[in-house]
Amino acid sequence: MRKFREAIIEKTILLNGFACILFVVLIFVFLAKDGLTLFRTIAIQDFLFGQIWSPLAEPPQFGILPLFLGSLFVTVGATVISVPLGMACAIFIGEIAPRWMREVLKAGVELLAAIPSIVIGFIGMTMLGPVVKSLFHLPTGLTAVTGSIALAFMAIPTMVSIMEDAITSVPRTYKEGSLALGATHWQTIYRVIIPAASSGIVAAIMLGIGRVIGETMAVMMLTGNASVMPKTILAPVRTMTATIAAEMGETVRGSEHYFALFAIGLVLFGITFLINFLADMARHRKKK
Amino acid sequence: MKLKPQTKQKIAFALLGLAAVVVIIPVAVILIILIKRGLPAISWQFLTEMPRMGMRAGGIFPAIMGTLCLVAGAIGVALPLGVLTAIYLVEYAKKNWWTRMIEIAVVNLAGVPSVVYGLFGLGLFVIFFHFGSSIVAGALTLAIMELPVIITSSKEALMSVPRSFREASLALGVSKWETIRCVVLPNALPGILTGSILGVSRTAGETAPILFTVAAFYLPRLPQSIFDQCMALPYHLYVLSTQVPNVKPALQYGTALVLVGMVFSLNLVAIIVRAHIRSKKQW
Amino acid sequence: MVDPKIVVKDLNIDYGGAPALKDMNFSVMDKEILGVIGPANSGKTSFLRALNRLNDLDLGCRMKGSILLNGKDINREMDAEEVRKKVTMVFALPIPLPMSIFDNIAYGPRRHGIKDKKKLEEIVEKSLRAGYLWDEVKDRLTSSAMKLSGGQQQRLCIARTLAVEPEVILYDEPCSGLDPISTAKVEDAIRELKSRYTQILVTNNVKQAARVGDKVAFFLMGELVEIGEANQLFTAPKDKRTNDYLTGRFG
Repeated sequence: MRKFREAIIEKTILLNGFACILFVVLIFVFLAKDGLTLFRTIAIQDFLFGQIWSPLAEPPQFGILPLFLGSLFVTVGATVISVPLGMACAIFIGEIAPRWMREVLKAGVELLAAIPSIVIGFIGMTMLGPVVKSLFHLPTGLTAVTGSIALAFMAIPTMVSIMEDAITSVPRTYKEGSLALGATHWQTIYRVIIPAASSGIVAAIMLGIGRVIGETMAVMMLTGNASVMPKTILAPVRTMTATIAAEMGETVRGSEHYFALFAIGLVLFGITFLINFLADMARHRKKK
Repeated sequence: MKLKPQTKQKIAFALLGLAAVVVIIPVAVILIILIKRGLPAISWQFLTEMPRMGMRAGGIFPAIMGTLCLVAGAIGVALPLGVLTAIYLVEYAKKNWWTRMIEIAVVNLAGVPSVVYGLFGLGLFVIFFHFGSSIVAGALTLAIMELPVIITSSKEALMSVPRSFREASLALGVSKWETIRCVVLPNALPGILTGSILGVSRTAGETAPILFTVAAFYLPRLPQSIFDQCMALPYHLYVLSTQVPNVKPALQYGTALVLVGMVFSLNLVAIIVRAHIRSKKQW
Repeated sequence: MVDPKIVVKDLNIDYGGAPALKDMNFSVMDKEILGVIGPANSGKTSFLRALNRLNDLDLGCRMKGSILLNGKDINREMDAEEVRKKVTMVFALPIPLPMSIFDNIAYGPRRHGIKDKKKLEEIVEKSLRAGYLWDEVKDRLTSSAMKLSGGQQQRLCIARTLAVEPEVILYDEPCSGLDPISTAKVEDAIRELKSRYTQILVTNNVKQAARVGDKVAFFLMGELVEIGEANQLFTAPKDKRTNDYLTGRFG
């Protein structure tokens, strides 16, 4: 009887393990089911490389290139800002800051991670937008750059916590060996510790980028939502995520527009899957 | 001119410190702005009354309740699922490609954009299961979304229980599951809870996954059943700040402050629990 | 002629590399204390872990040959829980579970289905007395076992194994972390238990094997070099390697 009960419990636990795989597959299936339907009526190259996204025009046009570029601009901008800042912050926390300051900074980074993206978007709209507008003499403050700045700060906590892990898990002996040879602390950091932690740092950057690409609400509120081919980073853009969030509410279920939004979801899923897979590979290489 | 290494180090450290400050400043700025502008709006009425006049007046009670329902529902589903999965991965799984597949699946679940979760929830729960736009659909979507957070933190908590405890129990002829239930889980529980609370706090602030699965634009009453739509704080803030013209800023900041307050107090609970465990830890 | 309690036949173990145990053959009689000595990495711990099937937990572990307990093959005719309940183990470092002293002792019996409070109290007292610990802890059974001293913790672990009423107790260098006084108390406990249990004591300390063991086995590089009565083995070892080890030439 006891044996029997245990066997059942163990089977349940086993099934649970597979649930995660099931969910990933389900997500893919449900995105693909509706997303791929689009390509019955729209050629796949028109979707991927079309330069006009205009679902309400007659005939509607579903080219996601402007949206893709919007995502790319915002992501590149956020990466350029967040990687140096995040790395500097992680090194400072992991290696330099005295104990009390480390605790304060870590708590601050955790709080930053905890602020909901909608709140960042809201504050960004009311505070950051006007600043960008007057700084660059623009007609509107809601541009790719505004989104990049806000997103950088949303990616930084992810990056900092993983990078700091990577930095603090570098064996002490490496550091002591270098210091014993007369290198300064700073030389030790950039000659020994950073190279030794590099795969963790790469993984952190990848995951941060993944977070930026997937971010929705803040970018929707901050980038100005213009679905045209972006010319500069100071122009309003619209990302893939924002397009889905903004337009799904107004589509008719089963229409081409509806399928097109799922197709965008499928593209996003593919991109983030790839990024996370690579980040995981980088982390696993470190362990070996 | 060539600088001395010591001078270089001073400059480098100063720059790194500056970067750390730059990262922290926005947190302080956001909090100060929210408190300064939001606090005057918050009153008993604001927290407990229905919104009126197209949300331009009145309170945010249904949005608070809606968010609480969603969070409770999501954690209720995700916690057992996540903890059992973590138990499988830490205690039972052998090192083979199936296990690797599960790990990759968890990593990728963590990386799926929140709006894609929204699409998935729409496709599976709202349409395929005919739940409609409802609390169940929203809570389930959020549950799957917080699953990887719970799994990852539960895994860490389980792995931090010394292997010797397991062996001591097994050596007494206690079965594997009983060992997990009576020795491993009680010792991992605080860690599991901390991680889960952090996961939950994230859920409370998410907007994109509930956009098409549950959130009601303006519904000045409480949900009657789990198949009802409901309002939710993050979506309410979105609506107030972008969709409704001429809303008093105080109302927006007040809503933002309540949302951030909720998320932060959940975080605070987690941090206190963690500190408490660390001080009491005997091994 | 009495049947032996434990019979080891052609036992070979490896962990995916060099063999940890090679062609072991010997037996242990009922209510005997067997001391196992040998230098580090000679397979002593692997041997103990094979006896109560804790080796099952090591995924890379491969085993050939058989171990019989009361004539039954522990790997083929018994399941792991049954084996471990009859053959329990005391580890090198004391491992009290993070709960009260009472709950530590009652842990095994409870898991094996004893719910009655009175019965549990009896078992706890009996086991603590047998483990030479009762007088020291009887007034604070509800306090945490983590607060006991190292020697007390180790005797608690012995008492905890007694509570599941085993037939064989394995000790894996049980005194390696203890001071001489605590060691003496643990050795007293082991000698006291001789009347009821078969015991196998793995130790780094040759003198301890001499003080406690009836028989002594000498392991070297995974091989059983010699096994014999304690007196004979220490005074007139048959094998030169045993002699070298005992006289301190290596190890």
